[in-house]
Amino acid sequence: MSTAAPLVATGLRKSYGTHEVVCGLDFEIRSGECFGLLGPNGAGKTTTLRLCLGLTDPDSGTITTLGRPVPQEARTARSRIGVVPQFDSLDPDFTIRENLQIFGRYFDLADHVVRERIPDLLDFAGLTSRADTRIQTLSGGMKRRLTLARALINDPELLFLDEPTTGLDPQARHVIWERLRRLLKQGKTLLLTTHFMEEAERLCHRVAIMDTGKIIAEGAPHALITQHIEPQVVEVYGEGALDWAEAYGRSHAERCESTGETIFCYTHDPAPLIADLDQRGDLRYLHRRASLEDVFLKLTGRELRD
Amino acid sequence: MATSYWTLPQFSTRFVHVWRRNLLVWRKLAIPSMLGNLADPLLYMFGLGYGLGRMLDDVGGMSYIGFLAAGIICSSTMMSASFEAMYSGFSRMHVQKTWEAILNAPLTLDDVVLGEMVWAASKSFLSGTAVLIVATVLGLIPSPLALAVIPLIFLTGLAFAGLGLIMTALSPSYDFFMYYFTLCVTPMMLLCGVFFPLDQLPAAAQIFAQLLPLTHAVSLARPLVSGVVPPTWLLHIAVLALYAVGSFYIALALTRRRLLQ
Repeated sequence: MSTAAPLVATGLRKSYGTHEVVCGLDFEIRSGECFGLLGPNGAGKTTTLRLCLGLTDPDSGTITTLGRPVPQEARTARSRIGVVPQFDSLDPDFTIRENLQIFGRYFDLADHVVRERIPDLLDFAGLTSRADTRIQTLSGGMKRRLTLARALINDPELLFLDEPTTGLDPQARHVIWERLRRLLKQGKTLLLTTHFMEEAERLCHRVAIMDTGKIIAEGAPHALITQHIEPQVVEVYGEGALDWAEAYGRSHAERCESTGETIFCYTHDPAPLIADLDQRGDLRYLHRRASLEDVFLKLTGRELRD
Repeated sequence: MATSYWTLPQFSTRFVHVWRRNLLVWRKLAIPSMLGNLADPLLYMFGLGYGLGRMLDDVGGMSYIGFLAAGIICSSTMMSASFEAMYSGFSRMHVQKTWEAILNAPLTLDDVVLGEMVWAASKSFLSGTAVLIVATVLGLIPSPLALAVIPLIFLTGLAFAGLGLIMTALSPSYDFFMYYFTLCVTPMMLLCGVFFPLDQLPAAAQIFAQLLPLTHAVSLARPLVSGVVPPTWLLHIAVLALYAVGSFYIALALTRRRLLQ
C-alpha cells in the first residue's frame, strides 16, 4: 500500500456510566477500500464512528484519521471527511441547492467554489431537475442521495456512511450502492456501518463484525464465509421441520440451527438432505450457498437485540 | 482522558457560518417575522400607554407612555431572544438535527452555541430597535442619547439568548420552555420596572429585582432615552455582560454534555 492508512484505531475504549460500549477496538482502514463495520443494534458501531470523527472522546486508545490525531486535531481531520449520518439532517427550510451551498460554507469554502461544484453533485445525486425544490417534497431515496451529495461538498478523501440505506426501498438502495461503487472507482475510501449483510457482501472489500463493543471477526466477506461456516445451506420450513431435523437432518448435516419452525442445515454436501426432502415431498425447503448473514448469525447469535 | 464538559471554550470565526445559516432562513420569512415581533410590544405600549396613561399624571417624571417605551424596548428584546434561543434553537438542535450535521463539518459545538447565541441576540436586536424606532417616530424619545440604547439592546439580547440556550440544553421537549416563561420571563416582566417604577415594590422584592438582568437593562435604557446617563451605568452593563458570559459558558457545558456523549 503506497498511501498511509486513512484511519487507524488502537485500543479504543468508551463507557457511558458503568456500561462499556466500545471495549478495546483495533482496526485499520486501507486507502481506497470499502470497510464495513457490521453488528447488531447496540454493538457500538455508531459510537465508533463518533469516536473516529472526534465527536466524543475515548476513555483510552488512539485514533489517527487522515494522519491527524483525533480528537486533538479532529477539526482538521473533519475538513477532509464526508459524513452520511444515520438520521436525516437536511435543512428543511432550504432548497436542495441551498442545502449544498450552506453546507459548503461550513468547510470555509468560498461561495463561488461551492457554486461550481453543485452541478456535478446534483448530477451525481440525480437531482438536477429538482435543484430548487424544498426538502419536504423529496422521497426518502432522494433525501439519502442528497445527503450523500452533501457529504461530497468538500471533495473528501474518506467517507463515513452510517447505515446509508436503512429505510429505503430496493430501487433506492440499488441506486445508492451504484453511487458508492462510483466513489470507490474515483479512489475514495469508505467506512460503512450496516446491518444488511447483502449490502456488506456487495460493497465491502473487508468487514469487521462487531458485537458488544468488540470486533469478533474481520476479513474479506468471502474469506469469512469460508473460514467460519460450511459452504452450503438447506433451509427447511413449516410444521414437521423440527421432527424431520431430529429424525434425519441433524445426523446428515454438520450443523443445524433453528428459529421457530425453520431449520437451517449447514453442510459441505447437501445431496443426502435434498434427496430425503424430495422423497418426502411434504416439507418446503430452500437450498443456497452460505452467505455473510449466516456467518453473522453464527457469531452474534439469533436472539433479538432490542 | 475524557475531557471535561467545563473545558474553556475555544473560539473560531466559523461561528459566523452558523449565524449566516440562520440569517438565510430568517430572510425567507422576514416580513411576517418582523410584523409578528413588533405587534406584541406595540400593543402593550399603546394599550397600556394610552389607556392606563390617561389616568396617570406622570410616572418617574415623564408621561406614562414615555416611561413605558424604554421598558417595552427591553422586554421585547428579552422575549425575542428567549423565543429564538429556546423554540427555534431546540428545533435546530433536537428536531431537525441541524447542529449534528454542522458538527460533522469542521465546526465545534463551541462555534455552534456561540453562533446561535449571537444570532438570537441579533434577532432580538431587530425587535428592540424596531420598538425604539416606532417610539422615536411617535415623539416619545426626547433625547439623541437614545442612540446609546442601541448597543444596550444587543447586550441585553446576548444575556437572554444565553439564558435561553441553557434551557434548550436541558429541555426534553417544547413543553419544558413554559416553565421558564412562567417562572422567569413573566416575573421579570412584572418585577423589573417595565410597567411601573421599581420603588413601588416592597423592599425585599426590590433587592431581589436587582439580581435580575432585565432590571439592569431597563434601569439603563430609561434614563438614556430621556437624555441622562445614570451614575450606575457601568454596574448595569457589568451585570448584563456577566449574565451573557456566564450563561454562554453554562449553556455550552450543558450542550456538550447533551450532544458530545
